[in-house]
Amino acid sequence: MSQATIDADTRPGALGVGAEHPDYLRADSGLRSWLLTKDHKRIALMFYVGVILFLGLGGTFALVLRTELLTPEQTFIDANTYNQMFTLHGITMVWLFMIPAIPTVFGNFVLPIMLGAKDLAFPRVNLASFYVYVLSAIILLGAMLAGGADTGWTFYVPYSTTSPTAVTWMGIGIFVNGISSIMTSVNFIVTTHTLRAKGLSWHRMPLFVWASYGTSIIILFATPVLGMSLLLIAIDHTFGLSLFNPRFGGDPVLFQHLFWFYSHPAVYIMILPAFGVISEVVCSFSHNKPASYRAIAYSSLGIAFVGFFTWGHHMFVAGLSEFDAGVFGALSMFVAIFSAIKVFTWVATLRGGSISFATPMLYFLWFLFLFVFGGMTGVAVATQSLDVHWHDTYFVVAHFHFIMVGGTLTAFLAAAHYWFPKMFGRLYDERVGLLTSVAVFIGFVFTFLPQFLLGNGGMPRRYFTYPERYQWLNVLSTGGAWLLGAGLILALGNLLVALKWGKRAGPNPWGSRSFEWITASPPSKHNFEETPEIERSAYEYTLSEEVARERAKAR
Amino acid sequence: MNDLLRTILFLPRQASTIAEAIDKLHYFVIIMTMGGALLVTLIGGWFLFRYRRTAVQKDPSRRMLGTTPAIWLEAVVVLGLFGMFIMWWVIGFWQFMAIRVPPENALEIYVTGKQWMWKFAYPQGANSISTLYVPAGRPVKLILTSRDVIHSFFVPDFRLKEDVVPGRLTTLWFEVKEPGRHDIFCTEYCGVSHSTMRGEIIALSPEEYERWQQGKSPGPAVAGPLDLRPSVVTEYEPPEPVNMVRQGERAAAEQGCLRCHTLDGTPHLGPTWAGLYGSTVPLEDGSRVKVDEAYITESMMDPLARIHAGYQRIMPSYLGLIRPADTSAIIELMKSLRDVRPKPGAQAPWGTVTIPETREGGQ
Repeated sequence: MSQATIDADTRPGALGVGAEHPDYLRADSGLRSWLLTKDHKRIALMFYVGVILFLGLGGTFALVLRTELLTPEQTFIDANTYNQMFTLHGITMVWLFMIPAIPTVFGNFVLPIMLGAKDLAFPRVNLASFYVYVLSAIILLGAMLAGGADTGWTFYVPYSTTSPTAVTWMGIGIFVNGISSIMTSVNFIVTTHTLRAKGLSWHRMPLFVWASYGTSIIILFATPVLGMSLLLIAIDHTFGLSLFNPRFGGDPVLFQHLFWFYSHPAVYIMILPAFGVISEVVCSFSHNKPASYRAIAYSSLGIAFVGFFTWGHHMFVAGLSEFDAGVFGALSMFVAIFSAIKVFTWVATLRGGSISFATPMLYFLWFLFLFVFGGMTGVAVATQSLDVHWHDTYFVVAHFHFIMVGGTLTAFLAAAHYWFPKMFGRLYDERVGLLTSVAVFIGFVFTFLPQFLLGNGGMPRRYFTYPERYQWLNVLSTGGAWLLGAGLILALGNLLVALKWGKRAGPNPWGSRSFEWITASPPSKHNFEETPEIERSAYEYTLSEEVARERAKAR
Repeated sequence: MNDLLRTILFLPRQASTIAEAIDKLHYFVIIMTMGGALLVTLIGGWFLFRYRRTAVQKDPSRRMLGTTPAIWLEAVVVLGLFGMFIMWWVIGFWQFMAIRVPPENALEIYVTGKQWMWKFAYPQGANSISTLYVPAGRPVKLILTSRDVIHSFFVPDFRLKEDVVPGRLTTLWFEVKEPGRHDIFCTEYCGVSHSTMRGEIIALSPEEYERWQQGKSPGPAVAGPLDLRPSVVTEYEPPEPVNMVRQGERAAAEQGCLRCHTLDGTPHLGPTWAGLYGSTVPLEDGSRVKVDEAYITESMMDPLARIHAGYQRIMPSYLGLIRPADTSAIIELMKSLRDVRPKPGAQAPWGTVTIPETREGGQ
């Protein structure tokens, strides 16, 4: 608990808005009060437990995969199990962890408070979305036990429709999961439009709200297409509809178009909330307003829009026409431009700030390197002649893990540390936090940097056995994966210990000007007894603490 | 420099004529990516250090509150980046077109992927499984299709890859620089033994290739590192060359093609195959189309899509009824007839014919 993280201008003794009421954790008690709660904060905590469990499950699958790849021939599982493992790793990580992680946990928790609202617009829908998520998880886990799937998370036909595994139930599980995502996103959109506090104009909102809003729009437009395609796969698999089977006049490439129409925007569903977290972390810890608020806010919407027109870059060698490939390649460059705008704005925000170096900030530094490197290799794989060599090799695996793990997971960890005092009212141990963060970074680099080289060398992805010349890079990668796993477990342990033994945090330990820090830590059941009046933006660090409070009056 | 960077980046040998140019773009792209990521992180790290709170509290002049950041600088950097990305795209697209468009004189070989092996059929005769023999120094065009699920034909040493899709023909071309052995990997997940669906390309000198075609096994061992042994051994030693044109005649007879199409230019129910391949024929909608592999395959699988003007709509679809090898063989047969002069009046249909009661030619 280093003192450097406690901001100098926090007023000692202030308890924050709503401190006179019992906090949301203690407001009601009993299992029933949790399971039937309509409080967005409790629902967020239930999602928190869910996504952490599935991060653990997906991570375990990943460690099994990496351990198998220690030797060029069979190591300890057979080919069938291996194929199951990479499929289940993908499905678990994408739909049960990565897509819901930041929106349902941190979005659910802080978005209404950031807007000065007592809850989301539809609290019952919010609770329902949790149970739909649980239902989808049960269906997916059931399908894993009853046959699993060995198609890869991409479900390419005609293999997926002929696979003897439980593809149908996997499809249904993911379909149900999509309903949960859509419920949450509708809730966020409506809440952002209708429940903003008095005086909280769009351009005063915290940037995390903009990012969540952009994400929700993508979820709303893209998820139905995925649901539809997976249902078609399920029907095809069970009843032999043969929409995608060339033997009966179907077209397998059509499925790829449908799948990537969702699954490319899905990448932005996963990374946009991470952008939101990073924007909050950078401003809060550097005590600076963003170098350009509008650049960050609008580039989120820009990515949400352009992301819909780049799906073809997954199909350069799938028989797409050369012209289409060229168009999709060029459009893909725009995503990189919007992302670059964000990165430069974050870095510029640091300049002239007053930066406290806490764990979330260290995760920001890792995010910067991993996301820029991962993002620019994304431009590289969108360059057609290079993609011909890299497509479906470990280069692509490394690239998207740099974005997904290096981007989203580091942002998730940054958020877990950054909002920890708000969510639980206590401070985690800063030194252990910094150490685990270093372990996660080193583990990550050792896991995925060798995979870029494996891809250059031509090792295809989803290979159970591989030629001997790829072995030592695989060994490096496996070692890195173990270290990454250990780092994550230690980081979780640090937070769990702080739940009980952490120092009391006070309402605003980081000295942030963002609106969620006005409330007590943890917030009371209704966040605010009266709707606050907001007369400033979420990043007024030129004002002293007292003036800033005065301009965001809340009771 | 090329060799040094290639080694650092673990890129395989540059065995095809296009590989070196692609690798040069690769070096440029990766150096910029690595440099860009490091630069941004170092600047970020430097700011973190310079504006750390303890230092700012000692020296408040470092704090820049209320100053307008240099947005124009960001705009310039972003525009510069955009220019660089567009440059990558222009070069990449240019190279992509070179990868995709085969030269006119390419030697054509038919490739069929199936779970979990590669089959190769040569127009001049021989077949092989898992090992593809090609002449060095001459462009080779592969015409690929799959019998079951999607596969992908990947030769790292050539920097080439193309998906092998059932129900479609895709193409790929390359020119190997010198004799040697090169791995083939399947890179589209295709089931339990996906990772063993490997093969090997053996590039022979033109003379050796000639000898091999005549059924004699390749002479002296070909060049190539020892660790590049094929993972699947050749299963087929051609006892006598099979002629693909003969095979096409047999298939055309078996499938009933010859009930409507003639080989000698005599007018009949369907267009004669004499001189058909490579010619340009009128379509019903008034446009014209060149008769090539794509059009012939389409006409077999979906005959009514683009039908030759003046002919009845009686051709049945062969989708799922004909083996890919037979498709290829029939195309080769048609190619062999390209110089046969059709009899006078054969290009125009044979007057009006009565549509037969039973659909002939199908099953």
